[in-house]
Amino acid sequence: MKMKSILAGATLALLMSTAAHAGDVRIMWYSDGVEGEVMKDLVGRFMKENPGINIILDNVSYGVVREQLPVQLEAGNGPDIARVAQIKDNARHWLDLRPLVKDPKYWDDNFGAQADWMRPDGSKQISGFMTQITLTGGFANKTLFDQAGVEIPGPKATWEEWAAAAKKVKESQQVPFAMAIDRSGHRITAPLLSYGANYIGKDGKPAPLDKGAKDFLTKFVGWNQDGSFSKDVWVSAAGNTYRAAAEDFINGQLPFYYSGSWQVANLATKIGTNFDWVATGSPCGPVTCTGMPGGAALVAIKYTKNPKEVAQFMDWFAREEIVKEFSERTLFLPGHKAVVDKGGLDFKTDNALAKAALTKFVDASKTTSETALKLPAWRWSDTFYAAIVTRVGQTIAGELKIDDTFARIDADIAQKVKDAGQ
Amino acid sequence: MGVASRFILRRKGGKGWHWTDIVTWLWLVGGLIIMFGPAVWLVFSSFKTPAGLAEFPPSILPYVTQQATVQGYDKPLQLFEAKLPDGSTRVLAEVRRIGIMSQMVDPKTPGELIRVNINDRTPVRTLSFATENYTQPFVHFDFLRYLWNSVFVTVTATLITLIVNSMAAFALSKYEFKGRSVAMLIILATLMVPLSVIMVPLYSIISSLGLFNNLWGVILPTVATPTGVFILRQYMLTIPDELIDAARMDKASEWQIYWRIVLPLTAPALAVLAIFSVVWRWNDFLWPLIVLSRRELYTLQVGLSIYSGELNVQWHFILAMTVVTMIPVVLVFIFLQRFITTGIAGTGLK
Amino acid sequence: MSTTTNTSRLGSLLMTPVHLLMRIVDVPLRSLQKATGISGMAAFFLAPNMLIFGIFVLLPLVINFVYSMTGGTAFFLAERNFVGAEQYSRLFTCGSYLDPMSCQEDAFWTAVGNTFWFVILQVTLMILVALVTALILNRDLAARSFWRAVFFFPVLLSPVVVGLIWKWILQRQGLLNFGLYQFGVEPYTWLTDRNWTFVATIGVSLWAHMGFYALILLAGLQAIPKDLYEAAEMDGTKPARVFWRITLPLLMPNLLVVVVLALIRAVQIFDEVYVLTGGGPGTSTLYLTQYIYETGFASALRNPGLAAAASILMGLVLVVLTLIQLGIGQRGEKKGKR
Repeated sequence: MKMKSILAGATLALLMSTAAHAGDVRIMWYSDGVEGEVMKDLVGRFMKENPGINIILDNVSYGVVREQLPVQLEAGNGPDIARVAQIKDNARHWLDLRPLVKDPKYWDDNFGAQADWMRPDGSKQISGFMTQITLTGGFANKTLFDQAGVEIPGPKATWEEWAAAAKKVKESQQVPFAMAIDRSGHRITAPLLSYGANYIGKDGKPAPLDKGAKDFLTKFVGWNQDGSFSKDVWVSAAGNTYRAAAEDFINGQLPFYYSGSWQVANLATKIGTNFDWVATGSPCGPVTCTGMPGGAALVAIKYTKNPKEVAQFMDWFAREEIVKEFSERTLFLPGHKAVVDKGGLDFKTDNALAKAALTKFVDASKTTSETALKLPAWRWSDTFYAAIVTRVGQTIAGELKIDDTFARIDADIAQKVKDAGQ
Repeated sequence: MGVASRFILRRKGGKGWHWTDIVTWLWLVGGLIIMFGPAVWLVFSSFKTPAGLAEFPPSILPYVTQQATVQGYDKPLQLFEAKLPDGSTRVLAEVRRIGIMSQMVDPKTPGELIRVNINDRTPVRTLSFATENYTQPFVHFDFLRYLWNSVFVTVTATLITLIVNSMAAFALSKYEFKGRSVAMLIILATLMVPLSVIMVPLYSIISSLGLFNNLWGVILPTVATPTGVFILRQYMLTIPDELIDAARMDKASEWQIYWRIVLPLTAPALAVLAIFSVVWRWNDFLWPLIVLSRRELYTLQVGLSIYSGELNVQWHFILAMTVVTMIPVVLVFIFLQRFITTGIAGTGLK
Repeated sequence: MSTTTNTSRLGSLLMTPVHLLMRIVDVPLRSLQKATGISGMAAFFLAPNMLIFGIFVLLPLVINFVYSMTGGTAFFLAERNFVGAEQYSRLFTCGSYLDPMSCQEDAFWTAVGNTFWFVILQVTLMILVALVTALILNRDLAARSFWRAVFFFPVLLSPVVVGLIWKWILQRQGLLNFGLYQFGVEPYTWLTDRNWTFVATIGVSLWAHMGFYALILLAGLQAIPKDLYEAAEMDGTKPARVFWRITLPLLMPNLLVVVVLALIRAVQIFDEVYVLTGGGPGTSTLYLTQYIYETGFASALRNPGLAAAASILMGLVLVVLTLIQLGIGQRGEKKGKR
């Protein structure tokens, strides 16, 4: 009997792996919060409206999307649609939806601003659209500032002014750290740009670290050493592993936290009514006051066997009212021009702080600098991010001197460019 | 009582406390705390809300702030123990907080607002198990399917491991043939190669064999474990060759010798290998995560990883599902405890 | 008593179809045996294992070697270019061989150094702790099987769970700080202090695997004939002397197995540390396997060729270690036969 059930199981498993029905569309999806459930709901509605198409939603961890999906794609495997955050790196694997969608003009008008983020350089391809636009920015613990009697710096305040203010709060309120920034190259790029850094060389290849970049990194390492910044976050892993500093902020241990718009929902649920917090936008540097845009895209994949069905789903999901609903329910900033322009997003939260913060992020997106807007569409951004995080992390842990850090970052990036050319 | 305490406090030689008795008891009690404590802590943590998990100082048991419905307010309000200017403490409900001042009401007399500095109030807390950490994943988590996949992988891999490895061990221990020491050497040399080192080429092999997104792609690479061959061979070496020669005299075929004589005599070693294979395959994480990216093929370990996002990790779900995946292992442990411990003692691990 | 007979009856009932199957299998195998002769059957018994082993272990090792001779970022061999020994020379490009930071691939040499110290310290401690535990469990204890179980329990947990459990204890909001807080000690970030983190990785791997080795040693202790001890007691030999002259020499074979297995496990350390510290702070708990995994697979700066070269070097060291162990083992086996 045991044997029989094992045999049955074996055949079942073999069958399952080979049977891809016509009309099946697989979506690889990762979640940071509730978006998986919202998506499940929307997919269900789509299937009810389009009975011929069977959408299968594969929820995976982000690690799968980052590490395994590229390998699957190289082998010509993979799902039909995927939600990805490293959009540019794998652009050659995305399907061109232009001949397949009903109204390419609708796509160009509403998603045109980010279309370059997800297509090979120089092409006119429609690969998909952003499920979510993110923008980096700061959060301040208003209650801590109030208790310390320190005024929250205004919108034009610099990183130095923020550091000084947060330090006062730290000393008066006896919290362990004044500020923290996520261990992420994307996050730290925002202040670097505000200090005038530019990663992109004249030939479109990576340039060596310039004065702006070095200035801020030197300051940043100094701030970590004198305890202004929470050192824990940056030394807590090797390599370019991502670490968020949200926990300390949630615990009311941190006056100022630099992260981004995606934290809003997380902060709202975990902080609750423990203290008041506000989104502050990005502090300024000598050159500008920019945040870094980013986000996750839903893209169609070239190797699909059912391109028509894929396009049909993408068309449906890209509809204005669906994007609007998705954004409202997930508390994501939408990447759809008409939805943004018309405004009136009614984010589904009863947390007034979260609503205010989201509005603030929408405002802050208007001051995003030119360079910042270029980076998501630039092939070498991730290389830069990885090198900076790895080496700056080591420096803060005391393994490298600051000058060696710069030399190492440049060398790592140069090596990577060389590897890719091989 | 007398018998029990005598039993528990049994000492060396029976008279007085020798220093080794003290060391023994310190070691055992310390061991009990260190070995079990962490797992218990994990179980308690898995019942905390996301906010509770992030809290410091943490509490051992999951607590939440008590709430009360107060007349005139739609939503339940949180209860605090507030110190009033006159020095008395009262249980008040918080209406709202503005900056560092909290506006509170007495649930009994909801009309009057009292302003309290937020440092002068402490929440009234009550024990509450966040069972939604468990129930919610069950709703949108295809638990039975994942469980079946895990069981299928574990059972199949273990059966194949036992058969294939015992056959190889039989050949390597009971036959003299050319290349035997080479085969043994290769197996021993690869005893030390960890999976993560050959991951990239193994992936391309799996992919070209079409075993990608297939449970067999998880099962096959793990079954020819060198450790298994090593353990079984060491044990079979202790079976006297005379037994086999006698069977050959009786016209037994080699297969019969393997099946009817060698295997039954190797039972303790097989039991140990079976138990370890079950535990290993059940706990496998990295490799299934790479091979399986379709929902209907997930094993439990892969299933629970979907709560790690790019920017946030939903720890409350991960902890709860970790506890769920631990349950079968703990059950195996409780029921087969004697087998495991005496089995290892009995294997040819000498 | 009756339950055991019931289970064995159930067992034999379940086994009936299996026996039948085996008898059917025997028919073609007999004719095979006629064709190949008795010693030829060795090949038959070895074949399935060697086939699977060859495809899924040996072949990847060979491919890995080819990988190490190619460059580029592509995963599939067909799209990679031959670069000869460039990856190896890159690994060995160093300003000074005494300072890992002077090398081009500083992370590799840091990982080598970390792994070296980890293995030495962890294996030494592992044997000491397992030996003490085994000696204690070998005493005339009440509820011995319970105590045995206590120490064995963590062996059954997956490395990921082990890492998770200890992360939940050692992190700033963790149990350890909570305990210290009760005594008025300020919370300390254990996982961002390079020395403590290194200690933590050793401690956690001890916690997770010690029980297994303790049981192997316990088996050896129980196999030592009681009359030897009785004789020693009659002679009035001091307990310490008994330990050094009787217990330890007779325990040697088991101790050897423990050393070998512990060594293998220690060199391969990865999952629990990856979950617990991620290799940090800085690179203080970056071990070789993690370096290879990240270089070849997980990092945005990935380079499969370099990872393959590093794994080949690691493999060479492991083979040397295995050969040494094999030499010792064979000497032991011969002694045993005599």
